[in-house]
Amino acid sequence: MRTGMVEGPLDPRALLDEVAQHRNGATVLFVGTVREMNEGEAVSGLDYSAYAGMAESELASIAREAAARWATNDIVVEHRTGSLQLGEASVVIAVAHPHRGEAYEASRYIIEELKKRLPVWKREHYADGRAEWVANAEMENGKWKMDAEKV
Amino acid sequence: MTVRVLLFASYADALGASEVALEMPAGTLVRDVLARVKSLAAGKRIPDRPLVAVNQRYAREDQAVTASDEVAIIPPVAGG
Repeated sequence: MRTGMVEGPLDPRALLDEVAQHRNGATVLFVGTVREMNEGEAVSGLDYSAYAGMAESELASIAREAAARWATNDIVVEHRTGSLQLGEASVVIAVAHPHRGEAYEASRYIIEELKKRLPVWKREHYADGRAEWVANAEMENGKWKMDAEKV
Repeated sequence: MTVRVLLFASYADALGASEVALEMPAGTLVRDVLARVKSLAAGKRIPDRPLVAVNQRYAREDQAVTASDEVAIIPPVAGG
């Protein structure tokens, strides 16, 4: 298992290779990319900033939770920081497991949890020159929509 | 005691600083630190109950804060 916040371009192929083991029968690769439209706005690019130390530890916690729940250590997750262009990968999650059901579920868990918990922020730049901080849909008024008392 | 509070993204923009140092009494809780930050000029732009981390872990409002703690107010996150 390995996780990291990365300043340069992500290489999904390298993550696939990293989780490859003969014991595994299924590998799920998730790649999140910068989309050209967000909530009706034409996006030209974005900047990710992070609470560096906490982002590293939170990403590692999420991967550890998935590793424990689905019983595989063949998990690698990388998240970008810095400036990204349209189409560039912002996050790559590789999960390998003996069976596909568990691989899909663990991959889904990791992306959904990091969207709620990873302390990184996105400033979108728009085609008309404006820029704004935007939050994930999982967030509402600065809080998780789920019960915040659980933390 | 002096408590360091880290600010990020939209909250740092709102307060015009990425870090503030606050003089707080002993026995301070997370919610007391939040109330003090919100009393600063432009602090009203931070929501009433934002996410807070103490020493890089999400914390509850009733968690105690000591002088050596790193407190951070976490804006709505946008990873992925």
